[in-house]
Amino acid sequence: MTGTTVSGRLTALGRAELTLLVRNRTAVFVALLMPLLMIVAVKSSLDRIDLGGTGLSVAGLALTGGLGIVLLQVVYMNLVASYVARREELVLKRLRTGEVSDREILTGTALPSVLLAFAQSALMIVVGGLAFDLGAPERPDLLLAGLLLGAVLMAALAAATSALTRSVQTAQLTTLPLFMVSLLGSGLFLPLEIFPDLAASLCELLPLTGVMTLVRAGWLGTGAGDDVLGAGLSALAWTALSVFAVQRWFRWDPRR
Amino acid sequence: MTSDDIPTTKTGDPDAAIEAESARRRYAGGFEAVRGISFSVARGELFALLGTNGAGKTSTVELLEGLARPDGGTVRVLGHDPYRERAAVRPRTGVMLQEGGFPSDLTVAETLRMWAGCTSGARPPGEVLDLVGLTPRARVRVKQLSGGERRRLDLALALLGRPEVLFLDEPTTGLDAEGRRDTWRLVRELRDGGTTVLLTTHYLEEAEALADRLAIMHQGRIVTSGTIADVTAARPARIRFDLPEGVPAARLPLSLKAAADGRRIDIRTHRLQESLHELLCWAEESQVDLQKLDARSASLEEAFLDIAQTRATAGRVETA
Repeated sequence: MTGTTVSGRLTALGRAELTLLVRNRTAVFVALLMPLLMIVAVKSSLDRIDLGGTGLSVAGLALTGGLGIVLLQVVYMNLVASYVARREELVLKRLRTGEVSDREILTGTALPSVLLAFAQSALMIVVGGLAFDLGAPERPDLLLAGLLLGAVLMAALAAATSALTRSVQTAQLTTLPLFMVSLLGSGLFLPLEIFPDLAASLCELLPLTGVMTLVRAGWLGTGAGDDVLGAGLSALAWTALSVFAVQRWFRWDPRR
Repeated sequence: MTSDDIPTTKTGDPDAAIEAESARRRYAGGFEAVRGISFSVARGELFALLGTNGAGKTSTVELLEGLARPDGGTVRVLGHDPYRERAAVRPRTGVMLQEGGFPSDLTVAETLRMWAGCTSGARPPGEVLDLVGLTPRARVRVKQLSGGERRRLDLALALLGRPEVLFLDEPTTGLDAEGRRDTWRLVRELRDGGTTVLLTTHYLEEAEALADRLAIMHQGRIVTSGTIADVTAARPARIRFDLPEGVPAARLPLSLKAAADGRRIDIRTHRLQESLHELLCWAEESQVDLQKLDARSASLEEAFLDIAQTRATAGRVETA
């Protein structure tokens, strides 16, 4: 009897999930177009904000913020809907009767969204370098670490959020808090430097702030070494916390 | 017979493919769906779990499938704990849940391909599609399948890895008569090939047609179990007929213990041939025409209805 391997099982799950993603027109639209639309909208409004003291260019802020948007929309929001849909259709329960482990089920489901997010990020980094004069990333290792941690964090938070979400429709509501809080407070488009000190310190504790600091440091070379280290630790802590929340509260059976 | 009286094999019996020992399952709200049940299924045996809706069949099967941990007692499948030793058990079992769980936007073939990628020693997808008769529907999306076709897809997935132990939770619900016969034939072939099958059903004829042994569950307990002959042995046979207008039931021979409901007469007897002979002789002598005459030996249906009714009126079952 030929056994199955982890990579074989993940490929099978990921391939099915990719087929489903491609067949879901709304998800494709949100995943492909929304990040770009957001960047254009934000870039035009950023022109009116004075970034003189922050050392950031409008293009740099818009495009690094764009990577954050990709993580939030393509990985987090998309995956909450996927996890809830699979749970309510009893797909998760059915999968658990087979050989795949719980972790593989969650990972396999997340794979296509994460790969899509990475592809979009790569595209934005190339476009940013060529068309917006941002140049090549200053610290590719930090940028990559930020994106990887971000993807794992978003997937884990998506799984945790799905436990609080009754249906695919309500996923649009349950994902809103993290989306809005991150948009405003994690330095996606508004640099934390323009906030009062106390507000800025609080914002540094938000889930996505650490990831965004890493991404910006990696691409644009901003931030002191201490800041980057702190950001990395904060991102790791949030990831560990979310993984724990998933292990503790994830729901495999439908909410009925 | 209460669940105490059911012969059980000791844990670790090499012949047993499935064992439950005083297994209990309680839901979050406090409702106890499985109240200490014990049974074992030998390798190669086809065992049916019967019961009305809500009797605890699915809750029991989910314990054996390893989807939930028992709140008391133990369950073993192929000598392993199916919940904690998931990796050891899963490659050797096939499961058909009561309700299929497939993404509705995948086609039949895509669903099988995904499942095959997650199954050790998977058969070629074309082979299982043939087995369940879904080949013409391979390129159809799951959401466009009929209820019966979905059951057959679920069966195909359960068979994909040539499992040693097969769990089928109401495999023919929603199938038409022909589909049901096809599924029965397939399940028999698997059993003949040495597969151990645990099947739940509320169709009595399904259990009668397939099961080597069965257990009847009621309110979370096994009320009776054994072969069909064991279960029906203690039950009376039944004679039913209509008396013509103007013939009162009081004229029937007293020895027949008849119950009358208007003109409809119902006789229960442990000596079917003698009682029937007596009845027919009386009818001929009295020149009475017995309409809609029906005489049958004790069947599973009698046993089942008897249990459901008497237990329902008794309110509770003897403590196990």
